[in-house]
Amino acid sequence: MEVKQEAGAPEKIKPPTKLEDSGELEIRIKKYLRGDGANLEALQDKKLRGQLTVREKLYGKSAEAAAKAEKWLMPSEGGFLEAEGIEKTWRIRQESIAREVDISSSRNQYDIVLPDLGPYTLDFTSSGRYMAAAGRKGHLAVVDMKNLSLIKEIQVRETVRDVVFLHNELFFAAAQKKYPYIYNRDGIELHCLKEHGAVLKLQFLKNHFLLASINKFGQLHYQDVTTGGMVGNFRTGLGRTDVMQVNPFNGVVALGHSGGTVTMWKPTSSAPLVKMLCHRGPVAALAFHPNGHIMATSGKERKIKIWDLRKFEVLQTLPGHANTLDFSHKGLLAAATGSFVQISGNFSESQSYSRYMTHSMAKGYQIKKLLFRPYEDVLGIAHSMGWSSILIPGSGEPNFDSWVANPFETSKQRREKEVRSLLDKLPPETIMLDPSKIGTMKPPSRKQKPTKQERESEMEAAVAAVKDMPIKKKTKGRSKPSKSAKKKQDIIVRTKRPFLEQQMKEEEALSRKKQKASEEAELPKSLQRFARKKAT
Amino acid sequence: MKVKVISRSTDEFTRERSQDLQRVFRNFDPNLRTQEKAVEYVRALNAAKLDKIFARPFIGAMDGHVDSVSCMAKNPNYLKGIFSGSMDGDIRLWDVASRRTVCQFPGHQGPVRGLAVSTDGQILVSCGIDSTVRLWNVPVATLGESDGTHENSAKPLAVYVWKNAFWAVDHQWDGELFATAGAQVDIWNQNRSQPISSFEWGTDTVISLKFNPGEPNVLATSGSDRSITLYDLRMSSPTRKIIMRTKTNAISWNPMEPMNFTAANEDCNCYSYDARKLEEAKCVHKDHVSAVMDIDYSPTGREFVTGSYDRTVRIFQYNGGHSREVYHTKRMQRVFCVKFSCDASYVISGSDDTNLRLWKAKASEQLGVVLPRERRKHDYHEAVKNRYKHLPEVKRIVRHRHLPKPIYKAGILRRTVNEAERRKEERRRAHSAPGSSSTEPLRKRRIIKEVE
Repeated sequence: MEVKQEAGAPEKIKPPTKLEDSGELEIRIKKYLRGDGANLEALQDKKLRGQLTVREKLYGKSAEAAAKAEKWLMPSEGGFLEAEGIEKTWRIRQESIAREVDISSSRNQYDIVLPDLGPYTLDFTSSGRYMAAAGRKGHLAVVDMKNLSLIKEIQVRETVRDVVFLHNELFFAAAQKKYPYIYNRDGIELHCLKEHGAVLKLQFLKNHFLLASINKFGQLHYQDVTTGGMVGNFRTGLGRTDVMQVNPFNGVVALGHSGGTVTMWKPTSSAPLVKMLCHRGPVAALAFHPNGHIMATSGKERKIKIWDLRKFEVLQTLPGHANTLDFSHKGLLAAATGSFVQISGNFSESQSYSRYMTHSMAKGYQIKKLLFRPYEDVLGIAHSMGWSSILIPGSGEPNFDSWVANPFETSKQRREKEVRSLLDKLPPETIMLDPSKIGTMKPPSRKQKPTKQERESEMEAAVAAVKDMPIKKKTKGRSKPSKSAKKKQDIIVRTKRPFLEQQMKEEEALSRKKQKASEEAELPKSLQRFARKKAT
Repeated sequence: MKVKVISRSTDEFTRERSQDLQRVFRNFDPNLRTQEKAVEYVRALNAAKLDKIFARPFIGAMDGHVDSVSCMAKNPNYLKGIFSGSMDGDIRLWDVASRRTVCQFPGHQGPVRGLAVSTDGQILVSCGIDSTVRLWNVPVATLGESDGTHENSAKPLAVYVWKNAFWAVDHQWDGELFATAGAQVDIWNQNRSQPISSFEWGTDTVISLKFNPGEPNVLATSGSDRSITLYDLRMSSPTRKIIMRTKTNAISWNPMEPMNFTAANEDCNCYSYDARKLEEAKCVHKDHVSAVMDIDYSPTGREFVTGSYDRTVRIFQYNGGHSREVYHTKRMQRVFCVKFSCDASYVISGSDDTNLRLWKAKASEQLGVVLPRERRKHDYHEAVKNRYKHLPEVKRIVRHRHLPKPIYKAGILRRTVNEAERRKEERRRAHSAPGSSSTEPLRKRRIIKEVE
């Protein structure tokens, strides 16, 4: 079916002319199936089994329909870079790429030089249309990337260490010298978040509307930006660190520490979910693949490791320094050190990353942060002399979904989206390592006794809850320090007592059971209640 | 080298004129959406809560009767009307939309025990304790009638007097005959003043009677000897009978599966049977705490409504063991008759306090014209709530219904009694020789015997 091309109009949506083979369709169907079907053989309830079989069939049909609709709904193929002959893709320079692509794309390649206001850091909104840039010496700017126009810039006259957008381009948070502040798009200061302290890095969890921060003392704070309440603040106990990333797949915050460990946190527990020893030296940078299963870490000992987060195993080790890492939507890994950027991708069937492109900037530029721009083949580089942007073909997702992130959003659509995402705001309890567990049922546990660890943690939690409660000071000289210390001890002992008693009772019952078990084993079930019991 | 970079031109992705619709682009890739299950769970929780907020099932009461409402009839050709008969002989035709009496049919000397409408909707048949069967002309609805300022009263078309008091009447779904229940089952023709035939099995009165919607010659009756009897008009004697432990108050056939019927029993349960296999009930519907007085199926065949002596009206799924909905009001006393409206949206209950009450079948349904966007949103909420309804938080909200204290306490009492019996049974079995005692399912236990 040929569609008439209007003069001046870019290519209209046309179906692919070649017949797709069924193997490709299978792969696409698998993508939409979201995992394997349930095993219904084990079900004894016939009615339920019938209902679930029908449902599983429906899932299959909807996945097939989505796969077939792809060729109409998602016409763009995405970018690519192919070298011809003996040329290698990593030797191709940005100038030669700019010569080959069209004018509007070549405008995405630029350098903004702002030498006096310190190393810059940047952040994009989830649609890739707006960018917030912050210079260390207090320069905050919000830029519209579509027409490269500056929306607002302010000078806050104190050190700014990090900047991050909140749920849309109207709000951004800047980690300033003493506290983080939240600003409007017009540069008006809205909030000063005093509880966070002197923050080094900020991250925003989009689905939960949580602002996570790590400060100079190694304390992790979570704050809900819709209600303003603090959801959690934890002492990491591993010292000062400024390596922090959010895993977009499940919302856990990962911190890289100077001992080479990476810890993962969720807002509802004071102990980290995972503590993994990644490197021999301090962890320099951390990045998550959008599918949530692959993590890249780089250590100061010149190694970049790629981890599989399902098994917590190293998939690959790449040599090289990396002060900053970032994954693109299509899985390309960008690593930068000094003024040199290297982009790797996994193009072969195996999971190994190989060099794809490189770029070196002018000698004096120290790269501070790399960030791929969503839905575009562009890599944003923030460095000591400003920021730049280079073209990386094949890094961005070509087909966006208007209801997830729309680069061409109008203000009405933005308002609607804000309201809908607030209605769908997830409670902080839904952050877990495996988010697919939500909606599943726990297998029925037969009133099992809590394990030793659980009991200990319960006891610790009870003690911790009681410990911090202030004791009223008595007047008229009755509050001696020795007496108040004794009282504190008493309170702790009192909270511990029920747990210890329970423990003792169980041990006693265990020893008694051991004696009874031999006798009971011979009697039939109905007579077991009459078995001789030792007089207690 | 070959290179291509994503480049989007603005006019392809934005609308041309302000009167056009905004362009929407979709990509269903799951990788674009993170934490889908958590978002769905939050939406299910919100949908369950919204459901409860909008659950206002009671629409209105229709009062006018002076004595308790004993029977109701619905006319499948005219959705807006319902007939009701009361214990003082007063029969009224109500306009459900305005909740007013359209027409009165005075004449019966005692309680009206049964009402039925003929197939074409023209004739109303009523029977009562005064041993008469009266036929009335149903007034055709005209435009001038909808204001309802004056109530007509009609004169009967015919009055047939017979030998004994009548307990129930039902008209064939597809024919000219109607049957009455009294000391025996009598089959009448509309034009004859005497029954054309009568059936009898045993010496006890027949309490209720229902014709099969699919097979015009089959009818089911229940008698005061705790039996349910099936008759076929083409044969000269009744076909099958089962005797249960307690009396059945009412029977209703499933209009979509005409071989199944459900019987409302005195022992607070409803039993669904397959008419071809009466030795075992298909399903036992338990939730009432007092005798179930009346039962009616929805025209979809998927749900039925029951009214019970314990002042509640419950809606059950056709294959569900427990009710999905319970309606009660302080002012509604013993419910004697219920009807499901012919468009499956409303439930009408007639009770001891002389009122007919109109309820919604789905308590949080939005009545009136529903826009397509609203309809899609409601469907989505239903679907997402059903997907997560087994999870404890959602289940707690979906299941929660307020019950009046006496009914709540009675329910707990029944449960403890049942639990105690079950435990005793289990212990008896554990202490007897293995295999000597076998448990019978409840579906079978309540049937004493089946008689051919």
